[in-house]
Amino acid sequence: MAAHLKKRVYEEFSKVVQIPHEDVPAKKLRLSKPSKSAALHIDLCKATNSTDALQYLLQFSRKPVEAESVEGVIRILLEHYYKESDNSVRLKIASLLGLLSKTQGFSPDCIIDEAINTLNNEKSHQVLAQLLDTLLIIGAQLPESPTVRQRLIEVACKHLSDTYFGVRNKCLQLLGCLGMVDTPMNKDSNVLGGVRDVQSIISDYFGDQDPRVRTAALKAMLELHERGMRIHQIIYDQACRLLSDDYEQVRSAAVQMVWVLSQLYPESIVPIPSSNEEIRLVDDAFGKISHMVSDGSWMVRVQAAKTLGSMLQVSPHFLEQTLDKKLMSDLRRKRTAHERAKELFASGEFSSGRKWADDAPKEKLDTNTVNLIASGACGAFVHGLEDEMFEVRIAAVEALCQLARSSSSFAEKCLDFLVDMFNDEIEEVRLQSIHVLREISTHITLREDQLDTVLAVLEDSSRDIREALHELLCYTNVSTKECIQLALLELLKNLNKYPTDRNSVWKCLKFLGSRHPTLVLPLVPELLSTHPYFDTPEPDMDDPAYIAVLVLVFNAAKSCPTMPALFSDHTFRHYAYLRDSLSHLVPPLRLPGRKQLYGLDSVDSGCGSGSVESAQLFLQQSLNRVSTIQNLEAPGAQELLDFTIRDLQRLGQLQTELAGAADFCATYLNCQLLLMKALQEKLWNVAVPLCFKQNVTATAAAQQILEETYKLEFLYSGLESRQVATIHLVRLQAKALQLTLTARTRQGLDTLISSCERFLQDIESFQRLFLTELPHLHNSFVEKLLELIPRLSSCKPVEMVKVLQTTLRQSGLLQLSLPVQIHRATATIIEPTGESDNPLRFTSGLVVALDVDATLEHVQDPQTTVKVQVLYPDGQKHVIHPKPGDFRRPGPDRHRLITQVYLSHTAWTEPSQVEVCLLLAYSASTASLSPPPRLGWSDSIDSLPPPEASVEGTIPFSKSVKVYIMPKPARR
Amino acid sequence: MPEIKVTPLGAGQDVGRSCILVSIGGKNIMLDCGMHMGYNDDRRFPDFSYIIQNGRLTDFLDCVIISHFHLDHCGALPYMSEMVGYDGPIYMTHPTKAICPILLEDFRKITVDKKGETNFFTSQMIKDCMKKVVPLNLHQTVQVDDELEIKAYYAGHVLGAAMVHIKVGSESVVYTGDYNMTPDRHLGAAWIDKCRPDILISESTYATTIRDSKRCRERDFLKKVHETIERGGKVLIPVFALGRAQELCILLETFWERMNLKAPIYFSTGLTEKANHYYKLFITWTNQKIRKTFVQRNMFEFKHIKAFDRSYADNPGPMVVFATPGMLHAGQSLQIFKKWAGNEKNMVIMPGYCVQGTIGHKILNGQRKLEVEGRATLDVKLQVEYMSFSAHADAKGIMQLIRMAEPRNMLLVHGEAVKMEFLKGKIEQEFSIDCYMPANGETATVTTNPSVPVDISLNLLKREMALGGSLPDPKKPRSMHGTLIMKDNSLKLVSSEQALKELGLNEHQLRFTCRVQLQDPHSDSDTLHRIYTHLKSVLKGYTTQHLPDGTVIVESIVIKVSSTPEDANTKVILLSWSYQDEDLGSFLSALLKKGLPSGLC
Repeated sequence: MAAHLKKRVYEEFSKVVQIPHEDVPAKKLRLSKPSKSAALHIDLCKATNSTDALQYLLQFSRKPVEAESVEGVIRILLEHYYKESDNSVRLKIASLLGLLSKTQGFSPDCIIDEAINTLNNEKSHQVLAQLLDTLLIIGAQLPESPTVRQRLIEVACKHLSDTYFGVRNKCLQLLGCLGMVDTPMNKDSNVLGGVRDVQSIISDYFGDQDPRVRTAALKAMLELHERGMRIHQIIYDQACRLLSDDYEQVRSAAVQMVWVLSQLYPESIVPIPSSNEEIRLVDDAFGKISHMVSDGSWMVRVQAAKTLGSMLQVSPHFLEQTLDKKLMSDLRRKRTAHERAKELFASGEFSSGRKWADDAPKEKLDTNTVNLIASGACGAFVHGLEDEMFEVRIAAVEALCQLARSSSSFAEKCLDFLVDMFNDEIEEVRLQSIHVLREISTHITLREDQLDTVLAVLEDSSRDIREALHELLCYTNVSTKECIQLALLELLKNLNKYPTDRNSVWKCLKFLGSRHPTLVLPLVPELLSTHPYFDTPEPDMDDPAYIAVLVLVFNAAKSCPTMPALFSDHTFRHYAYLRDSLSHLVPPLRLPGRKQLYGLDSVDSGCGSGSVESAQLFLQQSLNRVSTIQNLEAPGAQELLDFTIRDLQRLGQLQTELAGAADFCATYLNCQLLLMKALQEKLWNVAVPLCFKQNVTATAAAQQILEETYKLEFLYSGLESRQVATIHLVRLQAKALQLTLTARTRQGLDTLISSCERFLQDIESFQRLFLTELPHLHNSFVEKLLELIPRLSSCKPVEMVKVLQTTLRQSGLLQLSLPVQIHRATATIIEPTGESDNPLRFTSGLVVALDVDATLEHVQDPQTTVKVQVLYPDGQKHVIHPKPGDFRRPGPDRHRLITQVYLSHTAWTEPSQVEVCLLLAYSASTASLSPPPRLGWSDSIDSLPPPEASVEGTIPFSKSVKVYIMPKPARR
Repeated sequence: MPEIKVTPLGAGQDVGRSCILVSIGGKNIMLDCGMHMGYNDDRRFPDFSYIIQNGRLTDFLDCVIISHFHLDHCGALPYMSEMVGYDGPIYMTHPTKAICPILLEDFRKITVDKKGETNFFTSQMIKDCMKKVVPLNLHQTVQVDDELEIKAYYAGHVLGAAMVHIKVGSESVVYTGDYNMTPDRHLGAAWIDKCRPDILISESTYATTIRDSKRCRERDFLKKVHETIERGGKVLIPVFALGRAQELCILLETFWERMNLKAPIYFSTGLTEKANHYYKLFITWTNQKIRKTFVQRNMFEFKHIKAFDRSYADNPGPMVVFATPGMLHAGQSLQIFKKWAGNEKNMVIMPGYCVQGTIGHKILNGQRKLEVEGRATLDVKLQVEYMSFSAHADAKGIMQLIRMAEPRNMLLVHGEAVKMEFLKGKIEQEFSIDCYMPANGETATVTTNPSVPVDISLNLLKREMALGGSLPDPKKPRSMHGTLIMKDNSLKLVSSEQALKELGLNEHQLRFTCRVQLQDPHSDSDTLHRIYTHLKSVLKGYTTQHLPDGTVIVESIVIKVSSTPEDANTKVILLSWSYQDEDLGSFLSALLKKGLPSGLC
């Protein structure tokens, strides 16, 4: 008691020192706000009973505390802590301590002693647990201080024997988070008198009577592992025992623990109980975790199934057992091939349930060799794939995929099971298994019967499934020509049933053909229905099925030079047509005797990669040529630009690989051209008062340049900051142009002043953003401006306009340096096709849903940027934001938007067309590159600075599609 | 030793008329009350006279529990309750309670109206019987009386099938009914927690089978149906009205939907519509998929499956028909079978188990010529396929359930004797627990070792804890002093003082005294002091006091010294200790007998 009183006195004393120290600077800084600590102190003193005190504390905890007064607040709280007799208030204080120690900029080492002291006199278990939690937070804040850790660990060890589970939990958590990683503790053990290794302390609690403590112990151990401590192998046995715990959290944590150990010590040898044999630890762990796939709790099953996927070091014969349900024998005891054969025989005594009465009793076999259950890995995946919960099934499919990728023999074996999953009741699972099969398809060749099962899914009514399957077929290897025929037949059936799959089916056949040229070859006469003697009728060129066949044949012919000999005349004609119209599906072929006609194609095919290089060279040369233009007013510059732009546009069309870059350059040069033209208008030579509305073209040009710069910035991906700087520069030029034009037209001085100010801000932000790029912008508009900026900021608007005008005219063309990869975001609307003549009828005022299906390429973060615009005939525009779930990602840099757009309108008398197109939204704040700094949890919202002025807009980036609709008046 | 007795009246080493009597902790429970499909005479119902000879059923039975609505599990219920006479509670789950009367009524109609049997239960009896039913919810503990409690677990198999955990005191039995450990298209898998019952009574229909993955089976089934349809054949699937029928309907329905097929599917019985209604209602009892999607579309609202009319059987073109009953022993399925048997394009798919003696059993065993009524022979030309779709656990499933529940003993029912024998061997070897497989009328007796709960007074516990010092180690037993009071059927452990008080007895002190003669040449008080110092040095952990009135007290032991008048050197030491300090007292007397060491001052 005396000690307690003394402490009280000490606390009082320290308070006297603290409070003036705290209060004075606080008063100075913000007069309006009284110090938190003082307020709290008064509040707590006012509190007459525990409920009031608790209320004050609750209110207090909602308010933020600034870092410099945290210490004072903590001392006040501690003081009240000692006075307080009510448990709940003490608990709240303890939790507040933890919360406060997390304040940024506050270092909790000064309060650690006090916090530890509070533990000594605490009687309530709950409060004790909360205090330990606080210590945990403090400890986590001070990762660099070994002495603090040491002390905290001692505290934790002391309280480990508490009777309340919460306290033990927290102690274990503390040990897990703070236990020494690098230095083994037994070095200090002499000094400290028997402090044991953290791991062995924690592992003692694997056998605790409370399941929550057992879980906490396992978690603490996992935490140690996360932090880089090497877990001892001795724990393995204990962890394995916990796999059969009564409580699911424990089992779940134990699965993780066993997995961690199996990854740490895969090759060490463990004995098999009840026999004198030994196996690798990873195999043993694999067997045990496989067992957990048939656990009673589905959470554990998911955990186990997921874990199995990452155990790649497991021996192949263990792996293969996971797919074998019938082989019930304990494989771990197998020694000789002879025994193995015997067991295989023994396994036959169970009937499969596929044939009637094949389970008629036979002679009794030696049951010692047949073990129904302890066989570990047996059939783990068979169970996992049949599980009731689809979460488990998906986890199992994924695990199967991971394992199959690392072992081709396993991939071969799991094929049947994956194919079976195509029949799952949940679409997600079906889709996932198709994807998995695609991923492992490099390892496998499908047999005919397997292909048959796979192809059966082509009739599925879900589009996602069919497309995934097409994707799969693109990567599949098949073994016989019958397989090819079968696949073609089924694909044509599919095409017939679902005509919208056209593109996807053609693409699929393209890959199928180019993968199996030799298998296609014997089928060609049949496919093209040619006859040795008779001429057969020419098939219809518009038939998608015929095109599909041709795509298959032509792609096979690419690497099979003998094939074209089998073509009939019209096939060659069709080839020429398809090569032009569907150039992405039909490869260039070297056709005999037709070289002169298709010279271009054969050159293309001859040096496909070379042509890209030459195109690249051409691009570079064009840019170099343009860079010779020193001054925007140089004679002949316009013509040169005109030519170059045209060249580049054509190049973009010809060479798809360079389309992005070429377009980018062309747009950029176009901006320059526009600027040039605008500056060469006659109006500059006319006196200001004389020109009223003659500068329409110039104004329009300035506007257009602005728009183009936004396109340049946001439509292309792969830009480096150098290019962005260049784009911003052009934008700045456009703005300068606008400014000078305004100065010439408007007489109002106020507007002029404000726009001048805005322009100066623009320059400033440009300078701020592209500081690193400035050296590259040599001799440019900006460089000159920046030299003049002291003068500009002080001078009058009229003068400034003059300066700008001259600088603008003097500035040279900045050479564009191309980044490595540059892509233009594109979108193609597949549906609606806009070909339908039947209007979509609906009652006016109500809505009609229009299915939109589009592919997007090279769009970053389409969920937030892509919008759908609907333009009604009366000029009304609606912009619709698709749901994030409507975007799928079939491949890198590719997205698919499948959504429904709701249209509505008042009644029309005639059906009319609405235009649907996709927009790319952007928001170009002036400081776009650096997001505004996040504010701490301290201040309220009203003190936030107003959001910076940003330009938001949209760029249409797809061709618009016209849809015929007809809102009818409602019938009364 | 207490015992649990299990006597199957039906389903002992047999499939059909499940009826099992369990005596546990003085309670008698009847598990299921079914009929046998294979018989039309008295053997069809369980032999209740086994019980009645001891008096009325109601007096003997504490409750009846029905696991699910299949007739071989509930078919004899109205007979037992109304005709034999039972008025106690009957427990079953909500879906079972809803569907069971439909099936019983149908069964009654066939037996009475079609076959013309008399002395059979009436519709009114079914109604009266159902009034005695108490519905159960999953995982709800129901107190039948003060001691007997039951709890239902999900069993898969059919809608509403349950496993029951029966508990009296610390003894317990789990009865599985029929269950399925692999989930299917409309039901989940059976699940039970680690309840460690004394006996697990499990069905063992597929004791020797380990089935292929269900996906293979489904794929095979769909492929066969699809192929037959494509070549223009007709498919007959004989099913029982409820259970597998719904499973196969969902399977075909989703397949038709996915593949956009057009051939008609018919379902032959009117009773199904009524039952399907209940399937739509009890969505919570179905599997994850149906539970999650029923808001958009209830899977039991079939689009492609229509009601069958007798005339459709002669329609040309492909079709699929589900017809009852499932073993082709009578009714519509048999009629359709006779019509279609002659055409090899057609196919019959037997989706489940067929009892010996039925036509289903015959054709599955390869018989191609059948004798039907009227002594005419029927050539079976159509294809016969067997697909195991019955929702019973296979051998591995049974083992899995044992692993889940961890029973102390195992008892197999509802299976064929030879197959059971095999599984029994496996279980005994694998889990090293006893396994029983009694025949009908045979009693299996299991002795249990129930733990007896005893109340302990908190004071006593606290006192013992204070004595022990550190915390008790949960792994080590520890002995303590106390008095066990058995009163009013309860046991209490209290301190002896409290026991005396409660019983109104006086406490008697028992003291032992003992004289030890010692040769010591000092005066009495010196000798006493010498003894004091000696004891103090020997007994370190005890309180030793030297009182001024000439005694030394060690704990409660009093030591006095007096010299004999004859010889001043011979001292008589008087030791006196109470019964509680017997150990210390005898130690001291032995110690003092050895004499005092000479080195003492």
